[in-house]
Amino acid sequence: MVQFTLPKNSKVQTGKTWPKPEGAKNVRKFKIYRWDPDTGDNPRVDTYFVDLDTCGPMILDALIKIKNEIDPTLTFRRSCREGICGSCAMNIDGTNTLACLKGMDEVRGDVSIYPLPHMPVVKDLIPDLTHFYAQHASIMPWLETKTQRPEREWRQSIEDREKLDGLYECVMCASCSTACPSYWWNGDKYLGPAALLHAYRWIIDSRDEATGERLDDLEDPFKLYRCHTIMNCAKTCPKGLNPAKAIAEIKKMMVERVV
Amino acid sequence: MAYMTDRKRAVGLGSAKSGTEHFWAMTKSSYALVVLIPLFVFTFGPMLGEPHDAVAAYFARPFPALVAALTIVVSFMHFKSGVQVLIEDYVGGYMRHILIIAMTCISYAAAATGVLALARLAL
Repeated sequence: MVQFTLPKNSKVQTGKTWPKPEGAKNVRKFKIYRWDPDTGDNPRVDTYFVDLDTCGPMILDALIKIKNEIDPTLTFRRSCREGICGSCAMNIDGTNTLACLKGMDEVRGDVSIYPLPHMPVVKDLIPDLTHFYAQHASIMPWLETKTQRPEREWRQSIEDREKLDGLYECVMCASCSTACPSYWWNGDKYLGPAALLHAYRWIIDSRDEATGERLDDLEDPFKLYRCHTIMNCAKTCPKGLNPAKAIAEIKKMMVERVV
Repeated sequence: MAYMTDRKRAVGLGSAKSGTEHFWAMTKSSYALVVLIPLFVFTFGPMLGEPHDAVAAYFARPFPALVAALTIVVSFMHFKSGVQVLIEDYVGGYMRHILIIAMTCISYAAAATGVLALARLAL
């Protein structure tokens, strides 16, 4: 049965409030989820105050400033700081997004930051994405061909290449999948919007010769058909992609095969 | 279980190679209900509050009887498929099987009861 409430040891408690920076006039309040597996304590929400006059404009800038200047134990993933690596995905102000692409001016009032929802937490803002990546690998995100490899590259028309626009840009940040209620309840079997978007990217690739096998692998009440077009994926995608549309296209192809 | 690889866990029992029939059936019944529900409302509605004899005479006519019968059958088949998805979403293990069987029985029983009631009125 679906669990509607958090288990006792996951209930979030009020944490430490760190002192305000001295002399700062332009201060922003950050409430950040903290959990350390080594202490055995319940998760808590710590409060930090950041001097915006000495901080960059993005949420990630503030997180880095907090880590560098206030609390070095705060743990989060980050790398490219420009929306390409997908590392800094987290729940900011109630929405899954990339901290590096979310401007502080886009958030009203205090800034609440939690890890991506409904995933096991490794520490603080770091979710365990092992299963998410394994699901992505299971859809065979590579070109599958049976024809003998050409002497040069596999050729593709400009029109066919354009079909991949809106799909190949996905950076696998997991914002969409972890925003999907179907993925929350049945993430063990449902592939989720990100993996299905990638699956569709390879299904419609004109060079790929495993279209039938790919559709066969997806035809399942749970792997594919748990998508109920809730659209949280499209709404939350920090890259502006539409995984729900990709899933709908897969469903159309499935019907096309049988009707 | 502890030594199962991530890939093995993600693939699980593999694809059931089904689901499209269920999806297509629900799509078809949805379209059917878009037509049937307004027809049902406009044929059944005027009979609300009428005396028994008038209602019996009304449903003895083929068109209202056919609309009502189709609406009842298609609605409960759509209900059966929809609630199955709902149960699959929120319930796991044996309870899922039990609830799906129970819900299927209830749906067929309700559809049959409705059709029987109509038949008794119409015939």
